[in-house]
Amino acid sequence: MSSQPIEIKVCLGTSGSAAGGEEVLRMFQHRISEQGIEAQIGRRCTPKKVGCRGFCSRDVLVDIIRDGNKTTYQSVTPIMVERIVQDHIVGGTAIAEWTVTDEYASFHEKQHKIVLGPCGEIDPESIDEYIAMQGYLAARKAMTRMTPDDVIDEVVRSGLRGRGGSGFLTGEKWKVCRREEQHPKYIICNVGEVNRPLAEGNPHAIIEGLLIGGYAICASKGYLYIRERYHRSVERLRIAIEQAREKGFIGPNVFGTGFDFEIEFSFGTEAFICGEETALMESIEGKRAMPRVRPPFPAVQGLWGKPTVINNAETFSNIPIIIGRGGEWFSSIGTKESKGTKVFTLSGKVRNNGLVEIPMGMSFRDIVYGIGGGIEGDKALKAIQVGGPSGGIIPTSMLDLGLDYENLAKVGSIVGSGGMVVFDEDDCIVSVTKFYMEFLQRESCGKCTPCRVGTRRMLELLTKITEGTGGDEDLRTLERLSGVMAATSLCGLGRSAPNPFLTSFSHFKDEYLAHIRDRKCPAGVCTALIIFSVNEEQCKGCGLCKRVCPAKAIAGEVKKIHLIDPDRCIKCGACFRACKFKAIKKQ
Amino acid sequence: MAGLATVFGSGAMTNSLAEIENNDALFVIGSNTKENHPIVALRMIKAVRKGAKLIIADPRRVPLVRFAHLWLQQRPGTDVALLNGMMHVILNDGLTDSAFIAERTEGFDENFRKNIGECTPESAEKITGVPKEKIVEAARIYARAERAGIYYTMGITQHSHGTDNVLSIANLALMTGNLGKESSGVNPLRGQNNVQGATDMGCLPNLFPGYQRVTVPAVRRKFEELWGVKLPEHEGLMANGMLDAALEGKLKALYIMGENPVLSDPDMSHTKKALSSLDFLVVQDIFMTETAALAHVVLPATSFAEKVGTFTNTERRVQRVRRVVDAPGLAMKDSHIIMELSGRMGYSMPYHHTEEVFQEIGKAWPAMAGISYSRLDEEGGLQWPCPTADHPGTPFLFKNGFPRGKAAFSMVQYTPSIEQPDAEYPFTLTTGRMLFQYHGGSMTRRVAPIEQVAGEPYIEINPEDARDLAVTNGTVVTVASRQGSLTVKAQVSARPGRGVVFIPFHFREAAANVLTSSKGLDPICRIPSLKVTAVRIEKT
Amino acid sequence: MEKLKNIISLTIDGQRITVQSGTTILAAARKLDISIPVLCHHPKLTATGACRVCIVEVNGIPVTSCTTAAEEGMEVITASPYIENLRRDIIDLILSDHPYDCMVCERAGSCELQELAYKYQIRTPVFRGERRIYPKRDGNPFIERDMEKCILCGRCVKVCDEVQGVGAIDYAYKGFQTKICPPFERDLSCEFCGQCITVCPTGALVSKPSLGKGRQQDIRKVATICPYCGCGCNLTLHAHKNEVIRTSSPKDSINEGWLCVKGKFGLSFINSPDRLKTPLVRKNGVLVEASWEEAFTYTADRLKQIRDTRGPDAIGGLSSARCTNEENYLFQKFLRAAVGTNNVDHCARY
Repeated sequence: MSSQPIEIKVCLGTSGSAAGGEEVLRMFQHRISEQGIEAQIGRRCTPKKVGCRGFCSRDVLVDIIRDGNKTTYQSVTPIMVERIVQDHIVGGTAIAEWTVTDEYASFHEKQHKIVLGPCGEIDPESIDEYIAMQGYLAARKAMTRMTPDDVIDEVVRSGLRGRGGSGFLTGEKWKVCRREEQHPKYIICNVGEVNRPLAEGNPHAIIEGLLIGGYAICASKGYLYIRERYHRSVERLRIAIEQAREKGFIGPNVFGTGFDFEIEFSFGTEAFICGEETALMESIEGKRAMPRVRPPFPAVQGLWGKPTVINNAETFSNIPIIIGRGGEWFSSIGTKESKGTKVFTLSGKVRNNGLVEIPMGMSFRDIVYGIGGGIEGDKALKAIQVGGPSGGIIPTSMLDLGLDYENLAKVGSIVGSGGMVVFDEDDCIVSVTKFYMEFLQRESCGKCTPCRVGTRRMLELLTKITEGTGGDEDLRTLERLSGVMAATSLCGLGRSAPNPFLTSFSHFKDEYLAHIRDRKCPAGVCTALIIFSVNEEQCKGCGLCKRVCPAKAIAGEVKKIHLIDPDRCIKCGACFRACKFKAIKKQ
Repeated sequence: MAGLATVFGSGAMTNSLAEIENNDALFVIGSNTKENHPIVALRMIKAVRKGAKLIIADPRRVPLVRFAHLWLQQRPGTDVALLNGMMHVILNDGLTDSAFIAERTEGFDENFRKNIGECTPESAEKITGVPKEKIVEAARIYARAERAGIYYTMGITQHSHGTDNVLSIANLALMTGNLGKESSGVNPLRGQNNVQGATDMGCLPNLFPGYQRVTVPAVRRKFEELWGVKLPEHEGLMANGMLDAALEGKLKALYIMGENPVLSDPDMSHTKKALSSLDFLVVQDIFMTETAALAHVVLPATSFAEKVGTFTNTERRVQRVRRVVDAPGLAMKDSHIIMELSGRMGYSMPYHHTEEVFQEIGKAWPAMAGISYSRLDEEGGLQWPCPTADHPGTPFLFKNGFPRGKAAFSMVQYTPSIEQPDAEYPFTLTTGRMLFQYHGGSMTRRVAPIEQVAGEPYIEINPEDARDLAVTNGTVVTVASRQGSLTVKAQVSARPGRGVVFIPFHFREAAANVLTSSKGLDPICRIPSLKVTAVRIEKT
Repeated sequence: MEKLKNIISLTIDGQRITVQSGTTILAAARKLDISIPVLCHHPKLTATGACRVCIVEVNGIPVTSCTTAAEEGMEVITASPYIENLRRDIIDLILSDHPYDCMVCERAGSCELQELAYKYQIRTPVFRGERRIYPKRDGNPFIERDMEKCILCGRCVKVCDEVQGVGAIDYAYKGFQTKICPPFERDLSCEFCGQCITVCPTGALVSKPSLGKGRQQDIRKVATICPYCGCGCNLTLHAHKNEVIRTSSPKDSINEGWLCVKGKFGLSFINSPDRLKTPLVRKNGVLVEASWEEAFTYTADRLKQIRDTRGPDAIGGLSSARCTNEENYLFQKFLRAAVGTNNVDHCARY
């Protein structure tokens, strides 16, 4: 009998926790100690929390590592724990019907997990586990064996570009800030929505990256900018900072090099605009988050008017890897101009929703059909929206396009915050565009005219089209507005706000024209443009439609054909979904 | 003014308003600048934004404190102790400007140093209530600054020892060489649009226009020649002297132009009694003021918007006043009234245009000889001295020396104010202006929106005192001094320190000057001690 | 050498100009008398870059001239058809969210937005749509706010913070609903200096007491000096017929164009019905109206009588810090030369 300890890893990322991960973990701990399992089997069992591993639709995910074999259970609930403990941990037999399916494997297989790798493997609240996987070695190497310029050169060599949106070369940005003679300097890490799994799964990598960056530009202080309501991220980062400080990795005289570095939180509220770096700095300064005019660029005159570097948590998470394994190694991943990997949140009508990390240059087809497992219900893929709300909409004809900064720019999109939403044949592209525009106009900071008024006017025009009152001239106005906004808006939010319209209009012009000229929504989504009616040949007169209709718009006697009064119909679709005989037509 | 004239040989703001923003350190003492000189305060804020350090010394937490690096809350009337304490630190730390002292001053002698040596920050703390650490810090900030300016107003002057206060300030500036250069000096901010001008024009019992003494024969001869008449040889009476003389029956007639001493002078009942005892009182004004109501003849005059002429602002800048509208009814230009009366008194003043008067001023006083209406129209304003038509005016004074030769240090010792609180009158009342109202209120109180937001008198009481008195916001209290009493609503406010209360003097319905004393005038310039009055407060 | 380093030269619309480094394109263009329209820019405030109207073309790219520093060798085009069209559309967007009520607007004739609408001949906006509608508020007696006319240029926010040091207002809400208002939409710390009115380019902020008192073209403007404290602020009084209805101040004055509540709003006393309009002489203990002739004769006779019987020093005069230099000069001359006494003083000589 082996005496190797048995590891039990319970996902306690945001999604895992929401699915009941805390309960599951407690149950494991309880069972193991109460029933004296360790004595019974003569070896240690260590249930521990780990971060998100991306496949959130199957949470709570639990790994059991027994004798070097890893078995992953999906959708674990507390009542399942007892049997897992008895059968698998004590008995040594995995419960096949509860383990993950092939999808789990294919979901992970095609990914290239550099920054997400440790997430889901290590306990994010233990600095020792991070150190055990060579954590803080890169920082030590940078500070004891490299000059700040060496560090920057290494980052330049890696070809790493900012993962927060603009895709500026990180090393170059640091170089500009390093050259500035004004002190103190600041380095800011923006922990955005998409970075939460990193903060929850492997916070020390962010801290280490920030520390190395601080050393490289000679900053005395680092800020973690994060929304206060990301409680778990904040908590894990806070613990990480405390642990790092205890070990002397941050604070005065780091690694005995004479370099002093402090890290502080700065809490933001719900504001999309805070993804814009100058607006973020305004927010840290306690002002309303509105972008500043540039130049001066933050690297020259940033937070409190001092030279400042801002990168997001994903960028910083890459830094220890680059310093540890070398820029050259890093640059071997990806395409000519886009190196490394990129984390995306894959969602929408794709089978496997979740967080994915792909090497730059991977095709949309591999992402959607490989990692994503194809479209739910085997419907037809219609489009993919990439880069967050102001990203572009990619049609199926571009499925084989490799995903990197250059290609996305070419097709009118951005890498942006790393959102990726998949749409199928049931989605109306005009409505989708309107949805994004609704978000953008709500989140516009209101400072500059083209964005503040322009997004609103675009939304109004798109609404008009979805309501069937649009005209050809509205399309021309939309194009003209897009031009003004893209050319004259103050910040990237406003300049990229027309992207969803411009890309969808260029690839789905017919769908727009159908709304305008035919007063039809081909996907049957725009309620103003659809009519529900009864197919008399199929109607059996069961009366179900009549019962579910909230508007009392359906009349008919039992066993006789029912009729929908179009004037009373509110187009909710209840009858359409209720009818067992497909006797309700949607046109 | 008398104070500064003693030290330098002339009394006015030494620097310009525009220079304020280039100060490295600003020491604002006894001035609620943000409310009383709002536009000057904007320059101070600008200086702070540019990196200057602002020190404020005021018994009240005046609004400018928000921008200050250091606020010294001295007890009312203890400024000399505070200033001497600061000088002690400067002397001890060796932060004096020895070259400046040697070349341009006199009186920095053993006695002076000994006096300062005795005024330790510890002793200053006992008198002023300002922690000694703050006194030390203030002294160092001021003395170490390259360009340090001092700004003060009535909080310094309206004391029974107002002249001492001013002399102390001058000592501080002289000791550190903060004079005679740009953005550093001693700057009394003038409270009224043309105080500077009225003073320049010789509306003083001892001085002709341009600070020329009436008692100097040569000067008198010059004016006799200019005016073509024999002039009196002895000095006249100061304003409060005239009131006293009226009470004594020595002064029989008084001609008051555009002033309302009943409301603005201390001890209202005393003022009223004096004016009522006159045989003949003429008041020339634009409104029926409390003073005009006592007059035998009231002459309707014109407001600034109905006439031409010049005002001289606080920085000695002469600027044009222009006519915008016609005067109402029969109201007549003040200059016409004076000319008409003069003619009827047997002395003709045949001016055809106001500019002729201005030209004559230039003849009487060389410092304004270079200023003309046409230059003012073109250049927008000129700061005296401006002796010739091609002179650009003088933004800051004493660049090339002081009028009296060397500036004089004066030995000043702290003397307590005449009005001291006691068991019967335990509070110290200090008076002043508020942002919205102005002076006796004859102008602002006729402006409806101003009355709407700030139309009610009040007494500021510290929250702790208010608690002891069981007074809350809006409680009507009786405030009594040794001179008189009034009732007014309380405003509980953290602005004054404990034991200090404040009443704005704009409101006739609760005229602060019912309470103040006309006794205890400053021995030199005869200014009343309006900033320190002992009072008692009771709930009504 | 050091000096040369800070000098750069560029061309604007084909004209060469040399400026200090750090000079904005806008400032450089103004030196050449090339006018670039602006709405959010104000020479006394830090640059905002909010309105985007001042865009110019540099290397084919539109940049805001108010925020972009001139660079060596830069070639700027201020009014290419491309730029003019964009500019027109930006103004169009602003107008699409602006009430078309110039006919009753207080600022008609001095409104910067109206000027631009006229220049670009935008009768009705292309980008029509919803307009922000706000209930009329009447929170304070000085400043009439019509936030529907606010173009969110931010000048008022900046002047209140940067110049006045108060920070009574800021942006609130997001997106199209963005609005400038005091915290909780209540005037908590406003000093009513009216600086915001001074810098507002439209009719969003106007002086409430002057509402409806006169159209811009019917107003006479006269430069004079404020009658309140000793700052000597330069005032421009706006008079309609014989009434002073409004105050402004020239930007290049010692007060830099700024005023306080008294200078800005406190001058209606000039036209107060309480003004003394006729001489009064006390008869039987009562002041009664008299002619000037009567008042002069009476006054001169009484003064002469007292001088002749009690000597000139029985007469005194108190002059005024409110009157002009000329009047004060005459007043002391009167007492000294006509009466023969040095009993002359003024109440605020200290």
